[in-house]
Amino acid sequence: MLEVGLNHFLVVSTFLFSMGIYGIVTRKNAIMVLMGVELILNAANINFIAFSRYGNFGLQGHLFALFVIVLAAAEAAIALAIVLNIYKTLATVNVDEVDSLKE
Amino acid sequence: MNNFPILSFLTFLPILGMVIVLILPKRQELSIKVTTLVITGLQLVLSIILLMNYNYSAGGINDANSFQFVEKFTWINIPGFSWIGNIKIDYFMGVDGLSTPLVLLTAIVTFIATISSWSIDKSLKGYFAMFLLLDTGMMGVFVALDFFLFYIFWELMLLPMYFLIGIWGGPRREYAAIKFFLYTLFGSIFILLVMIGLYFSSMETLANGSKVFTFNLLELMNPNNYTATGILSPLNPNNLRFIAYIGLFVGFAIKIPMFPFHTWLPDAHVEAPTAISVILAGVLLKMGTYGILRVSYPIFPELTYQLSWFIALFGMINIIYGAFCAMAQKDFKKLIAYSSISHMGYVLLGMSALNTMGISGAVLQMFNHGTITAMLFLIVGVVYDRAHTRDLDAFGGLGKQMPIYTGFVSVAFFAAIGLPGLSGFISEALVFLGGFGSQTTRILAIISTLGILLGAAYMLWTLQRVYLGQLNDKWKELTDLTAREYFMLVPLTLIVIFLGVYPSPMLNLMNASVNHMVKLINDAQVFYSSIHSF
Amino acid sequence: MTENGIINISLAILFLPLLGFIVTLLLGKKIKSIYLFEILIISVTLIASIAVAFGKLSYFVDNKIITEIQWFRLSDTISIKLGFLIDNITVLMLFVVSLISALVHYFSIAYMKGDERYNRYFAYLGIFTFSMNGIVLTHNILMMYIFWELVGLSSYLLIGFWFEKKSASDAGKKAFIVNRVGDIGMFAGILILYLTYNTFSFEQIFSSIAAGKLPFNSNFWLTITGILLFMGAIGKSAQFPLHVWLPDAMEGPTPVSALIHAATMVAAGVYLTIRIFGLLTADAMMFVAIIGMLSAFIPATIALTQNDIKKVLAYSTVSQLGYMVMALGVGAYKFAFFHLVTHAFFKACLFLGSGSVIQAMHHEQDIRNMGGLRKKLPLTYATFLISSLAISGIPLTSGFLSKDGILAGTFAFGSLTGYWIFAVVGFLVALLTAFYMFRLIIITFHGEPKDLHKYEHAHESPFVMAMPLTVLAMLSVFIWYTPNPLNADQGWFFNKWINSPTLSAPNETRFNFMKSEEVKEHNSSTTEITYSEVYTEAMHSAHYPAMFLSLFVAVAGMLTAFVFYQWKKVDVEKLANSIKPLYNFSLNKWYIDEFYQKTFVAGTFGLSRVLGWFDFKVIDGIVNGLAELTRKFAFFVGAFDRVVVDGLVNLTAYISGFVGLIFRRIQTGKVQTYLVLVIFSIIILLFLFKA
Repeated sequence: MLEVGLNHFLVVSTFLFSMGIYGIVTRKNAIMVLMGVELILNAANINFIAFSRYGNFGLQGHLFALFVIVLAAAEAAIALAIVLNIYKTLATVNVDEVDSLKE
Repeated sequence: MNNFPILSFLTFLPILGMVIVLILPKRQELSIKVTTLVITGLQLVLSIILLMNYNYSAGGINDANSFQFVEKFTWINIPGFSWIGNIKIDYFMGVDGLSTPLVLLTAIVTFIATISSWSIDKSLKGYFAMFLLLDTGMMGVFVALDFFLFYIFWELMLLPMYFLIGIWGGPRREYAAIKFFLYTLFGSIFILLVMIGLYFSSMETLANGSKVFTFNLLELMNPNNYTATGILSPLNPNNLRFIAYIGLFVGFAIKIPMFPFHTWLPDAHVEAPTAISVILAGVLLKMGTYGILRVSYPIFPELTYQLSWFIALFGMINIIYGAFCAMAQKDFKKLIAYSSISHMGYVLLGMSALNTMGISGAVLQMFNHGTITAMLFLIVGVVYDRAHTRDLDAFGGLGKQMPIYTGFVSVAFFAAIGLPGLSGFISEALVFLGGFGSQTTRILAIISTLGILLGAAYMLWTLQRVYLGQLNDKWKELTDLTAREYFMLVPLTLIVIFLGVYPSPMLNLMNASVNHMVKLINDAQVFYSSIHSF
Repeated sequence: MTENGIINISLAILFLPLLGFIVTLLLGKKIKSIYLFEILIISVTLIASIAVAFGKLSYFVDNKIITEIQWFRLSDTISIKLGFLIDNITVLMLFVVSLISALVHYFSIAYMKGDERYNRYFAYLGIFTFSMNGIVLTHNILMMYIFWELVGLSSYLLIGFWFEKKSASDAGKKAFIVNRVGDIGMFAGILILYLTYNTFSFEQIFSSIAAGKLPFNSNFWLTITGILLFMGAIGKSAQFPLHVWLPDAMEGPTPVSALIHAATMVAAGVYLTIRIFGLLTADAMMFVAIIGMLSAFIPATIALTQNDIKKVLAYSTVSQLGYMVMALGVGAYKFAFFHLVTHAFFKACLFLGSGSVIQAMHHEQDIRNMGGLRKKLPLTYATFLISSLAISGIPLTSGFLSKDGILAGTFAFGSLTGYWIFAVVGFLVALLTAFYMFRLIIITFHGEPKDLHKYEHAHESPFVMAMPLTVLAMLSVFIWYTPNPLNADQGWFFNKWINSPTLSAPNETRFNFMKSEEVKEHNSSTTEITYSEVYTEAMHSAHYPAMFLSLFVAVAGMLTAFVFYQWKKVDVEKLANSIKPLYNFSLNKWYIDEFYQKTFVAGTFGLSRVLGWFDFKVIDGIVNGLAELTRKFAFFVGAFDRVVVDGLVNLTAYISGFVGLIFRRIQTGKVQTYLVLVIFSIIILLFLFKA
């Protein structure tokens, strides 16, 4: 019986992380980019928990994971608000088109 | 009453007023004016309270104990600041017989100038804010006893004056304002340099026995405080006291204004609005002579003594030259401005005599000139408001059209001529008696009596050109004084007549200080001649 | 009556007219009849001055009443005092001033009727009376100077009363300024006195001088001080060379001319000289005498040819004042004051009479347009005639007594010192005076009317004008002064009232006849005899010759006038033409006005214009030039700053910009691109540092 070890968790988190990066880099829709960010954050969470479980770091990993979850929620709320506002003013959520600061 | 910081209130009340004026909305024009009036009125009341509590026997000048209403605490104190040592600047205020008349004068003239400012109609808020700031500067100069503080107020008053002339002035206001500002600033540089020089030449002994450099004017006056090597210390054989004295004198002389540094005055007066002319001539000019008496005289008594002939000479030139120039003017206001130059010459002449009568006359003349010349400028303002011209040759016969106004004009003109019974006479007579009493200035005083004659000539000629003769049809519409103008002219007239008939109240105020000053300068000769053989 | 009573009444005499002035001036617009208050005040003043004179002369005839209060003090040693000195001269002078002032007030009620500034006129008369009484009462020279200036002011105000006329305002200005010239000298004298004696009080100064304290310890400076003080008198009493303002002062209302410019104010100069008589040295007295002589002579010659009735009287005033001053100079102290009093009455009468004429002729002043007025104005004519007789020095008049005394004084002076010139000029002027006065009378009142229209409308003046004329004419008769119409010496005026002056100038500086000698009296106490005994002796012996001579010249002058103008035995025009230059010289007042105009006035204006130009162009030019120079320099520095300093800065920026331009290509602004780059970089770094 295959014991589920640290490596498995890391693989999953790597996978999630790569999906997140892929999403951020390739998607033009801001919402999709945000979802990529969430994926990356969750990948990191998995890593925290995994190391907390298999490493010798005490409960710090849990703690950080909880922080990250809260942060992610706050970040998502603010980011979505920004996106909404961008949509309101520019009528698009395509990140390439939001370039007012560019000369 | 004893602990009430009356001088700080006198000085900073206008700042409070300025804040209120700035907070008030722009459209509340009446409240802005009323605020200013109330503040300057309060200031006047305070100065009268000060006068009522004044101890007439206290001398002041260089004696810290006989200054009155003293407020003193350390303001800036930077202990052990590298090689300079301890930097210590006091917030030190107090009055003696030299400054009290001028504090009173400032309060009176400012109050009346406020009434005169009623007719200002361009950005009121800014005007009155600047006006009040100017008030603080003037009052501060007269009560400060720390050189640094003195200098701050001295400079503080420049800025509002610049704007008041530059924004609310006549057609050439920018030129006049810049000329005034730069000229005075030019003088200030000398004052600043001497101030710093003195700072590094004199050490004050603190309560704990340590010695620190000082800006305290009274400590600077004490010859025992000089360091051995200070650049302005008489103990230093290579000291620069002579140059410093000249520099300081020039700095103050520009404000008086003394020939040949006087040309900013006619321009500033011609362009300034009436109320500002009143303040300029009524109070600002006195700062120059006050500065000489307060700073130059007691700190450099030996040089004052040696150079008194030159001071008298410039006084004489001011008197006669100013009178001749006044005679040549065609602009009413310019004429009055030059008459101011002439009359300030009496102050110089009087103070150069270095005796009781001369210095009393000089201080009294400062006060009297303040009130008389304020009247004269108000008078020009009255006619300018109505006729919109100041060309002396354009008038004639106003005496018929505006008889009451002409009555006030006569009082002011004759006071300026030095008619007995009006205040100008007493001070001029004292100046001449003093000037003649001193061996050094005797001849110059005699020549200066020519000023009495010339003064009568140009004043009466002006009276004739503007008020006598046939009425020009152009001026048939002019109306006599309004209630507001009564309020400005009546108090000044009463002061001028009262002090002409009974000068004692004002003279008693200054007697102790003047005598103390005379004693100080005479006593100092012994000390200074013991150091060097002059 | 006590001393305090006299002092208190004197205070009232001084300040009542001031009250009148203030009330009348302030309420003048509101209450039309407020002038009556001033009339009331002056009447009370007159009564008070009679009371004071009576009290002083009956109870304290030999005392000087002195009182003083502190005005202000500067230190323990410097204290300025005000005070009264009431001696017989003071009270007599007070009486003269108050009386003439009151009469002029009454006269003016009718004369000024209808003037738009009626009340103001009376207010001005009030302040004049106040200041004049101040001069009379003062016990110190500073206070005298103060009131001296104040009478100058009231004179200015009254001369220029009709200020709409340019000539009137010119005349007022001229009077004030010319007076100031003299006042400067007086003020300088006061400065010397104060410096030396540390007091202004006459009494203290005199006692110090008598104790040997002299200005700058020299007799010379005492002389100079006397002359400087006398300069005030030259101005105020219109003495040569400052007499030019008085004829012009005739621009004022005629009653004012009578009060101020004939009787009282112009006499203030003489009064001053009387007050300072004690400190005059022989040299100073000589100066006084010469000035007096010139002032008596020059205007008398001018008066010969003037055609304005008031101008003639004005020059005659200067001439008579010259007499008084000359009298003081030659030592005839008592007669100078006597002439002051008698002249005040008859000259006031003459002026008021001329006012009556002018009123009747509807403001015509040129005598060539008059004539025959004797019938129309009998009372005026009578009073005018009496006063003219007085001024000419005809017996039974007061003028005869005083003038004769002065002439005898010059005579005595000539015999004592050898300077006969004063006597010669004195008699010559007496001749001229009689001539021009009767020329005036004949042309004005005798003969045929020249301007019939005006003549027809002329009518005698109302009571308020006639009464003062009558009173003054009556006072021009001898009986008020002495019972003997030929000699004043026995009169109460001389014997009791006017004391000889106390001389305090050092003995060696006085004229020989004025030196005091100590003589042992029989009871072995020593007493000083003053000059007056020697001098009185000389005057006694000169009295009769002088009297006959003066009578002779007066009659001669009168007869000449009658020959010329009444009987027309000589063609005056022809005579004038034959001495054209002389005639014009006199008519044009010796060209003195023109001379002053061309020299002093033009010089002052010229200098003022030059200095004004100098100030504007040179002094201010330097300031502006410096400003311009600074600006030029600043412009140059600015250019340097812009091109060089700022150039370097900009170059740096430009280079940075250029480099940036190249690298900016990388900056797409797309976060995703950056992210890709970041990831690739991380991967590369991982490979590089994997060991």
